[in-house]
Amino acid sequence: MPLPIEMPKLSDTMTEGTLVKWQKKVGDKVEMGDVLAEIETDKATMEMEAFDDGTLAEIYVQEGEKVAVGQQIALLALPGDKPGDAAAPRPAAPVKTSAKADSSTVAPPAAPAPVAEVPVPASGAKVKASPLARRIAAARGVDLTRVAGSGPGGRIVQRDVLEAKPGAPAAAPKRPGTPAQPAMGAPAASVQSIPALPAGPNDRTLPLSGMRRVIAERLVASKSTVPHFYLQIEVDAAPLLALRSEINATAEASGRGKITVNDLVIKAVIAALGRVPKVNAAWAGDAIIEYAAINLSVAVAVEDGLVTPVLRDAAGKSLGEISETVKDLATRARTKKLKPEEYQGGTFTLSNLGSYGIESFFAIVNPPQAAILSVGAAVKKPVVNGAGQIVAGQRMTLGLSCDHRVVDGSLGSQFLGELRAFIEKPALMLL
Amino acid sequence: MPLITYRKALNDALAEELLRDENVVLLGEEVAEYNGAYKVTEGLWARFGSKRVVDTPISEAGFVGMAVGASMLGIRPVVELMFWSFSYVTFDQIINNAGCVRYMSGGQIACPIVIRGPANGGTNVGATHSHTPENFLANTPGLKVVCPATAYDAKGLMKAAIRDNDPVMFMENTLLYGEQWEVPEEEYLIPIGVADVKREGTDISLIAHGRAVLTCLKAAEILQAQHGISAEVVDLRSIRPLDEETLLASVRKTHRAVLVEENKPFCGVDAQIASLIQEKAFDELDAPIQRISALDAPAIYSPPLEKLQLPTPDRVVQKALSIC
Repeated sequence: MPLPIEMPKLSDTMTEGTLVKWQKKVGDKVEMGDVLAEIETDKATMEMEAFDDGTLAEIYVQEGEKVAVGQQIALLALPGDKPGDAAAPRPAAPVKTSAKADSSTVAPPAAPAPVAEVPVPASGAKVKASPLARRIAAARGVDLTRVAGSGPGGRIVQRDVLEAKPGAPAAAPKRPGTPAQPAMGAPAASVQSIPALPAGPNDRTLPLSGMRRVIAERLVASKSTVPHFYLQIEVDAAPLLALRSEINATAEASGRGKITVNDLVIKAVIAALGRVPKVNAAWAGDAIIEYAAINLSVAVAVEDGLVTPVLRDAAGKSLGEISETVKDLATRARTKKLKPEEYQGGTFTLSNLGSYGIESFFAIVNPPQAAILSVGAAVKKPVVNGAGQIVAGQRMTLGLSCDHRVVDGSLGSQFLGELRAFIEKPALMLL
Repeated sequence: MPLITYRKALNDALAEELLRDENVVLLGEEVAEYNGAYKVTEGLWARFGSKRVVDTPISEAGFVGMAVGASMLGIRPVVELMFWSFSYVTFDQIINNAGCVRYMSGGQIACPIVIRGPANGGTNVGATHSHTPENFLANTPGLKVVCPATAYDAKGLMKAAIRDNDPVMFMENTLLYGEQWEVPEEEYLIPIGVADVKREGTDISLIAHGRAVLTCLKAAEILQAQHGISAEVVDLRSIRPLDEETLLASVRKTHRAVLVEENKPFCGVDAQIASLIQEKAFDELDAPIQRISALDAPAIYSPPLEKLQLPTPDRVVQKALSIC
């Protein structure tokens, strides 16, 4: 019997997907593993592979259409099917994606995977748990996405939930006051709590993209539940700019790409986080997790929003590696080709609006991370130097938005102090 | 406590009720002078005479109809069907007459009839003699349906059925007639509509009726001995009225249910039980409900295949392991 193909759930925040492009048309032979279509989720465009051999019998969703997860989008006639065979109702028609998205663990952008050793379900579009396990998990505050199922077919059963630690970091963010997991199930309420002026005849009403919705939900959750405070420091950017000129002067000749100011700031941030690791941390409800690895989320503006791809294990990276990796991530972020694991798991975020001429700003904390750095433009301005004279300087303003539950004023200041030292004396980064 | 056969337990129950109430009569094909096709009524004609134990022509529609009519006037007939498979020629009398008369008379006419006989496969008597119609009959409001699995239950339920003022469909099993159980000498009744936990357990509930209960008890032994799984065996005893509380209590205790019946799967009794459990104990389930029934085909005539058609302890064990 023909096999219905459904819109796959490719991330745990995905409730609907847009069919960007059909790679097969009706009547095409399909082999297992062939790319059937490109699906745009709230964060990325992914390739949807065929799960069985057969012939694409029918297409129900046209390119550009957006449908709910689980909705049938096509029908695959299996070998031996006759035309007109009814579709076999097959539960949760499994569809693989090339991105191997483990949707149950895919976090919205830049949410760090809180504990590396937490078991994650091997695969599957949604958490498979018995009704009893679900009931007990709800009562104990256990996050089932972090529980490994030991029942038949990997189902989470009672014993798995009983053995899971209710206070585990993954579960903790569900508590009030912790923003790590905004309630994705109830999107509209928080986003549109104050009704907008109704659209007039000349106004445009733009349906929310999946990304827009996630941004809205996560930032509302962050701003309304994370106790923010802000620190600002102005640093002398001249040495950094001089270093950049020096490096780039030979870039072309040696075939290397040019280093950006942002690359240097990233390098300095990594060095400063190494000095003050308490800022490279997250609020986990009943604990603070200080991460050993520095996974730096770098905010990248994309067409209809922003993404924060992660520069992973940044501590050991050379300036050249940083530059190339960030460039690659940013390029693929703009074309929505990032894999989920490339935008999740960050431990600290850097946002730079300097290229737009913004001198200073404060970004909203990217939960559950403890802090986010806002980098302004390097601008020429009069400065009073050590000798009390007014001279022309190259100044850059750095803002740090902190989750006060994790980072106190003195700690945040200490971090900015270290950062300033590295920016003003970039040679120290060589140590 | 003496060990007696399922057959003897039924015989004792009939004799005690014939003695106790002069309105009780037995009728059916060969029940009197021949002592019953399966000897359930052995000795009763000699003891109680032709007015109380009546041989009938080979016409189920005729003698069931007669018994329904008699019951409306106060007689308490116990009608033997040589096989419950033969009830199909008398569905009108059973369902339209016995099943509906109390309702259609506004409660003025009761129908205290018992229709009894074997309803089982597994004896190489062919498809038309191997039906298990407990699901059909339990589908009729107005009829009660019981399926005793042991001699003890058969006796207690038969006495309760005869004293019940509604029509009771009493389904026996020829494979059990010769099996022995402990049955007390003193009088006892088993109320219709009360299930029995035949074996206590903590890990999984095996819910069954009729001979499938014995299959489950054997499976429970294997599960305990070879797999360390403690299975509880719930015997429904009555299909209708159904003792929901006992079976739900067991599911709430073990969080897993395997439903076993010798009936066919489609619209079987266990389809009803599964629906009940998911409706009333969904959040107690730690695994999907599983069913084991006779394989979905007419009773197979080949004896080796017929044995495999009915639920076996091994099938129950395998199904239980699949969700433990």
